[in-house]
Amino acid sequence: MKIAVCVKQVPDTWAEKKLMAETSTLDRVSPDGVLNELDEYAIEQALQLVEAHGGEVVIVTMGPERAAETLRKAISMGADAGIHIVDDKLAGSDAIATSAVLAKALEGRDFDVILFGSESTDARMSVIPAMVAERLGLAQVTFAQKLDIVGTTLTAERVTDYGFDTLTTSLPAVISVVEKINEPRYPSFKGIMAAKKKPVETLTSADLGLDPALVGAAAAWSEVVDFAARPPKPAGVVITDEGSGGISIADYLTNSKFI
Amino acid sequence: MSEVLVLAEHHESEIRKVTFELVTAARALGTPVVLWLGPGCGDAAIAALGSYGASKVLIADSTDVSDHPVVPGAEIVAHLIDSIQPAAVLVASSADGKEIAARSAIKSGSGILTDAVEIAADGTVTQSVFGGSTIVHSKVTHGTPIITVRPNSISATELLASAVVEKISIGITDSAKLVSVTKRSVVAKGARPELAEADVVVSGGRGVGGAEGFGIIEALADSLNAAVGASRAATDAGWYPHQFQVGQTGKTVSPSLYIANGISGAIQHRAGMQTSKVVIVVNKDSEAPIFELADYGVVGDLFTVVPQLTAEIGKRK
Repeated sequence: MKIAVCVKQVPDTWAEKKLMAETSTLDRVSPDGVLNELDEYAIEQALQLVEAHGGEVVIVTMGPERAAETLRKAISMGADAGIHIVDDKLAGSDAIATSAVLAKALEGRDFDVILFGSESTDARMSVIPAMVAERLGLAQVTFAQKLDIVGTTLTAERVTDYGFDTLTTSLPAVISVVEKINEPRYPSFKGIMAAKKKPVETLTSADLGLDPALVGAAAAWSEVVDFAARPPKPAGVVITDEGSGGISIADYLTNSKFI
Repeated sequence: MSEVLVLAEHHESEIRKVTFELVTAARALGTPVVLWLGPGCGDAAIAALGSYGASKVLIADSTDVSDHPVVPGAEIVAHLIDSIQPAAVLVASSADGKEIAARSAIKSGSGILTDAVEIAADGTVTQSVFGGSTIVHSKVTHGTPIITVRPNSISATELLASAVVEKISIGITDSAKLVSVTKRSVVAKGARPELAEADVVVSGGRGVGGAEGFGIIEALADSLNAAVGASRAATDAGWYPHQFQVGQTGKTVSPSLYIANGISGAIQHRAGMQTSKVVIVVNKDSEAPIFELADYGVVGDLFTVVPQLTAEIGKRK
């Protein structure tokens, strides 16, 4: 089974995320970059599938030079190879363009399964897996909390607002997984060492045959008009409980007309 | 006046609150036309949609639509973008909503903006990003604006109209039928409101100390008809189910009132509740960062303060 896992380097969860004044894009330089946490579940799922069915796992990422480090970290969980799409022309691409880039990198490589996490912790759009499936004309099985593959038949449970739907399709498929599907393994020391030697292919937009007019900030189909930091909240009242703390909250709720 | 296409968010015949928020938002941009995918749109639903100003309800309830996830919906939306030429398409920020929006954006060559908390008459969208720390104004610059809207951010207001009903049947391609829904399972949620839609949320964190401790959190929630939330620490420890996690990798909530009990307020959690209108905090650590968000806070033992609060609410009702 040939599996691709698409991952993203995002600002560290603990870092403050800021938009840059000149470009209205996310500052990806000041904060530390880490592997998008939810992608770990996708990588783990890929590794489990290969353990059960044999095959290989390729980690794919589109990101600036520094994303190479995150790609190696992802590979160190146990993947076999990487693809790093890196090109200044891609900076500021919206989801529409990003999905086009990823689709170009993924097509023609006979992947049986293309896995994603359910969202990135910076943009939190949850649209890339569906967009990539759209562009590749592949089956889309997203927000999966459970996955079973027997031969080329895929059965999954897709999380819904009222429970879950059971879906079936045939491979190849684009899949996104939710956190509850598995427990990602920690990279072993052996995995970390081995990752340094695993083959990583780097690709530019020219390598992918992408029209530069269709990618990058200028090509985006939406724009930021303006942005501002949320005004800080005026400081509230904090008291120490001396036996009637609960009652004082009830007073606050009464005064603010909640009860 | 232009029409605005609104995708109804519903579970069978039950219309979700966010749909009325979408129809209300649509009114600022044009005349709302609601698209209902799948079965369940009866007279009651049509009347309800009309009471928020929908002028038309288009029903697409073929088995092609209900037997296959997302893609048939996206094909229908793309088709309607072409035939109706709406001023915008408004969809809820749900899993289905986002993915139908995403795929129809590509099909129709349109820009997409997600998780809007406000939409102005000129199409400018307000987004609250990075855990609520930054407010952004954005616009779609190509094609028909496709906007997903965060539930519980826009107030639904009534405007009585009489909605005309039209059954539509648009051919669905084979490629939209690659995946089949073989079963729909409803997981009993209990009587509490949906986290993402709730007006009041009462949460518990590490300070709750264990699954049993959540009993007092639930009792406080029930006294206020609130939803129950939990921090990552509590759900990771198995003290409360994952689906109730509020935070960066959990749900984002924007209630009128958020009561955080035994939660320290690390960025992970704050990202999920930072835009709550009023925040009340109970924590025995006076240095907990969450006090920075508090409109009212009590430094104390939640095992004393919370039951006392619940009892007092009971007396005052």
